[in-house]
Amino acid sequence: MEAFTVLEAVVAPLDRPNVDTDAIIPKQFLKTIERKGLGKHLFDAWRYLERDGKQVDNPDFVLNQPAYAGAQILLTRENFGCGSSREHAPWALADYGFRAVIAPGFADIFANNCVQNGILLVCLSMDVVDHLFHEVMANPGYRLRIDLPAQEVQTMGDSRYAFPMGAGHKHKLMHGLDDIQLTLQQDGAIRAYETQRRQTAPWLFRD
Amino acid sequence: MSAKTLYDKLWESHVVHTEQDGGVLLYIDRQLLHEVTSPQAFSGLRAAGRKTWRIDANIATVDHNVPTTDRAAGIADATSRLQVDTLDQNCAEFGIEEFGMHDKRQGIVHVIAPEQGLTLPGMTVVCGDSHTATHGALGTLAFGIGTTEVEHVLATQCLWARKAKSMRIWVAGRLGNGVTAKDLVLAIIGRIGTAGGTGYAIEFAGPAVQALSVEGRMTLCNMAIEAGARSGMVGVDAVTIDYLRGRPYAPVGKVWDQAVAVWGDLHSDLGAQFDAEIRLEAADVAPQVTWGTSPEMVVDISARVPDPALEKDPVRRKGWSDALAYMDLKATTPVSSIVLDKVFIGSCTNARIEDLRAAAAIARGHHKAVSVKVVLVVPGSGLVKAQAEAEGLDRIFRDAGFEWREPGCSMCLAMNADRLEPGERCASTSNRNFEGRQGAGGRTHLVSPAMAAAAAIAGHFVDVRDWAAH
Repeated sequence: MEAFTVLEAVVAPLDRPNVDTDAIIPKQFLKTIERKGLGKHLFDAWRYLERDGKQVDNPDFVLNQPAYAGAQILLTRENFGCGSSREHAPWALADYGFRAVIAPGFADIFANNCVQNGILLVCLSMDVVDHLFHEVMANPGYRLRIDLPAQEVQTMGDSRYAFPMGAGHKHKLMHGLDDIQLTLQQDGAIRAYETQRRQTAPWLFRD
Repeated sequence: MSAKTLYDKLWESHVVHTEQDGGVLLYIDRQLLHEVTSPQAFSGLRAAGRKTWRIDANIATVDHNVPTTDRAAGIADATSRLQVDTLDQNCAEFGIEEFGMHDKRQGIVHVIAPEQGLTLPGMTVVCGDSHTATHGALGTLAFGIGTTEVEHVLATQCLWARKAKSMRIWVAGRLGNGVTAKDLVLAIIGRIGTAGGTGYAIEFAGPAVQALSVEGRMTLCNMAIEAGARSGMVGVDAVTIDYLRGRPYAPVGKVWDQAVAVWGDLHSDLGAQFDAEIRLEAADVAPQVTWGTSPEMVVDISARVPDPALEKDPVRRKGWSDALAYMDLKATTPVSSIVLDKVFIGSCTNARIEDLRAAAAIARGHHKAVSVKVVLVVPGSGLVKAQAEAEGLDRIFRDAGFEWREPGCSMCLAMNADRLEPGERCASTSNRNFEGRQGAGGRTHLVSPAMAAAAAIAGHFVDVRDWAAH
C-alpha cells in the first residue's frame, strides 16, 4: 500500500450530501473478482450518459470538466460513503486517482475501508467545507496541500485548517502498513484468549 | 461494580489486546461469507501464502448473484456465475462450510445464520456486508466490514477496532395494529437521520421492542446501518432463548443449559449510562413510506411529499429537490396517490416467514392491480420458502398474480436478473432507496411487507390499517 505523507493536488467538488457507495460504484461492477480496474466506473450513473445506445461522458458532471482533470482530492458534503460496505468504493476512488476526500463527515464502514487502501479522509467543519466549495468554484484548477504528519489542510494562500485523526490510522497511512502482519505478532494473545473462551463458552466452537 | 450497557459487555468480553493508543484487537466468533465481498480476500490470503486461523468460525453462502427463477440450468450471466463458482472453489480449497446454490439451507446470509443457530447471543459476528447489523437482534455485537477486513478475520480471527459511543433508542408503549418493526425503524431513521447513528452502537429497547418477535427485532437491527450505526442490538430475553432452542447449530443438553445461564446476563444493567438516549412513543408510529433517495426521506402514509421550499438548510433543500427530480415526484403530492409499476417483497430486512405471512394476510383473496407489472415475492432462504409452501402462502401469492421465487437478495440490489427498468417505480420491502439501487434509473419506495402487498393490489399506496374496508 502506498504511504501517505504530503499531497498537493487539484480539488474536484462534488456538491451533494449523503453520497452512498451505490453511487460511488454501482452494483453491476461488484461482480469483479479483482481489486483493480474500477476507476473507469467511479460515479458511473452520474458520469456517463447513454446516447444512441452508446455511452458518452456527461459534460455536466464534475469529473468530466477540464478544470478538474487529474484531481486527486475530492471535496464533498456530509455522510459521504454511507450505505453498503463494499470496499469496491475506495478501490474505485483509488484506481481513479483520488488519494484524499474532504467532507464534514464520513460513514463508519467506508472510513475503515479507506484506511485499508491508503485513502486519507479529512474531516473539516461545515463552515470550512462551505468556504472551500466557494473557493473551488471561483478558482478553476484550485489546489490544496494536505499535510498528514502536521494534520493540516493548507491553501495556496496559506490558510491552514487542522483536522482530527486517530494515531493508529495516521501511523498506518503514513507507513502503508499491512495489518495482518502486525496482528499475527499477537498470536500468543489470540491463542490464550481462545483457550479461555473454550472453557467459559464451549458452544462458540464447532470443531 | 458499575452498571454496564449490553454493548460494554459484548465489547469487553472480546478484547484480546489493547494498544497504547487505545486501539483494540477484538476477537471475532463468527464470520459470514458471500460471493461478492470475499474473492479478493481469498486471493489476498493465497498471494501471501497465509492460512485461515479458525475454519469452523466461518460459514458461507451465495445470495447476491443467484437467480430467483429455476436454477436447474445454472446462472446465465457469465460474471455472476464466475463469482459464485469462485466462492465454491475458495470454500473447497480452504475447507469452509458452504450452503451452495442447490442446498435447501441456501439463502440471504443474514436470514440463514440466525435460522441455523449459527448466530448465538454474546457473539461478535462480522460479514462483508453492511446489513450484518441484523444479527444484533440476538444479543450479539454484529457489524459489516470491507474485504480487506474479511481477509484479516480469515487470517487472524480478529479485527482492530475502536469502541463506538453508545446510543439507546427506547420505544415506549406498543405498536398499533398494522404497524410493524419496519415502520418503527423507518420512523427512527426519519427522526435521527441517516448519519444520526454514525459513530454509535445502537441498542433498541423498551416495551415496544420487547414485544417484537426475534424476526421483528432483526428487521429493526438490520436498518441500524441506514441510521449510520454499524451495529444495532437488542438484549437477550425469553423470546430470544425460545427462538434459538432446537436450531441446527445451537448447543444442546448441558452445554445449552450452560449457555442459557450465560446469555441471561446479555442486557444493559439497570442504571447503565449511554452517550445518547432517544425516546419514541410506539403509538405515534404510523405505516411509513419513503418518498426520496435516502431512507431518512420518509413520511407517514397519510402525509404528503414534502416541499423543499419549506426547508431552511440549503444543503438539505438541494438534496430534497434533487431527490424529487430523480423520483419524478411533485412537492405536496399525497403519498397515497403514488402509483406503482412493480412491487418487491424480500431482502434481509423483510424476507422471513413472518414477513411473508403478513404480506399473504393482505393478499389473500385479492389480485394485483392490472397497472402493476410484476410483484416479486422472494423468500429469504430455502427453509423459509419450504415453510411458506407448507402453510400454503405460495398459493395465496400465485392466486393474487404475484410471482413466487427462489431465495436470494434479488431486487434489493439487482445484481442478478431481477431489476427495475429506467423510470419504473417500485414499492419495496428492502432497505435502500438510493438512486439506481434496484436498477439504473429505477425509483424505490421503502415500506413494510403488508404495505407492499396492499400497494400491489390497489396499484397505489394505501394505509394497511384501513385494509379491512377492502
